[in-house]
Amino acid sequence: MKILIVDDFSTMRRIIKNLLRDLGFTNTTEADDGQTALPVLKSGSFDFLITDWNMPGMTGIELLKAVREDPGLNSLPVLMVTAEAKKDQIIEAAQAGVNGYVVKPFTATVLKEKIEKIFERIEGS
Amino acid sequence: MSDNLNSTPDPTDPAGTRAEIIAHAKSMVEKLENGDSLEAFKVLEELNRAKDVTLFEELGRLTRSLHNAITDFHIDIGLAQEDQKEISRISDASDRLGYVISLTEDAANKTMDMVEEAIPTAKKIQMTAADLKPEWDKVLKGEIDPAQFRALHTKMGVFLDGTITASEELSQSLSNILLAQDYQDLTGQVIKRVIQLVQELESSLVDIVKTAGTVEELAGIETSALTDDAKPATEAEGPIINKEKRSDVVSGQDDVDDLLSSLGF
Repeated sequence: MKILIVDDFSTMRRIIKNLLRDLGFTNTTEADDGQTALPVLKSGSFDFLITDWNMPGMTGIELLKAVREDPGLNSLPVLMVTAEAKKDQIIEAAQAGVNGYVVKPFTATVLKEKIEKIFERIEGS
Repeated sequence: MSDNLNSTPDPTDPAGTRAEIIAHAKSMVEKLENGDSLEAFKVLEELNRAKDVTLFEELGRLTRSLHNAITDFHIDIGLAQEDQKEISRISDASDRLGYVISLTEDAANKTMDMVEEAIPTAKKIQMTAADLKPEWDKVLKGEIDPAQFRALHTKMGVFLDGTITASEELSQSLSNILLAQDYQDLTGQVIKRVIQLVQELESSLVDIVKTAGTVEELAGIETSALTDDAKPATEAEGPIINKEKRSDVVSGQDDVDDLLSSLGF
């Protein structure tokens, strides 16, 4: 399971990376915004994308839309982990095809639950 | 200072303009009553002139106080010494906030370093203990032979030594984590100073806006009402600091889950 973590704050990337390791996911790569993430996604066979929303350069929602428009990436599961908490934003992310939405600050349990739910749904379909 | 802001013309009429107008008005009425219309019109012209003079004086006064207010804000385009000082205060504030970011980042990394060190140590104690437990249970039940007991005895000694060292390491990590929280005090002080600067700047700005408004009004300049340039509802906003006062945001993960499930998730 190859996971890309996209967040402009290195400490947040580190926290997510640690939580993922506790869940048994050790193959993680990091990027600090959508612009750097997109080429990384295109070049490597990633199984899962975790992204923040508010980032300089290219935001998480733009990244999500770009992923959904790319024929090679459009089925990639995407989990949004963000401080953005407006209802309209959550609706926009849902409409853009996000697979899960976690608001910061979050707990390890919530992150675990959402990741498991996404994989359950993928395996079930 | 901009102490004359928004004040109406001085009621005591120090410039004598009101007295002048009254005199003109009286003389105009007198001329009209005497049937001297031409002279009356001349007086009317005088009155108009007096009105213009009053207007210009008032405009001049306000322009001066606007200038003072701007000088207070230290943003003269000429970049006088004062201004450079102010600009450097703002850049100082940026530096201070940059310092807050680096301090909090360091603290977060330090804490995570310690946690990453501590987790394997704790795991090791747990695993070794779990390993010894079944054999220890056998001792309690008397199901162990002397050779096994001697082996267990040695293992137990190693485990206890290891646990002493490991718990010392854990204590060390924990107190380092505690120490790493000193950023809260330091960043709090820095942020307080920046808040103070922002408040000072705001009050100077309000002065400027007030005076500029009066000047515009008097000069008959019409500015369109401030349009509320609303941001798109989904533009990134960062952490919401007043959730309880807003109806357009979710209050937590449960709200997010409810919203998503209402959308068929």
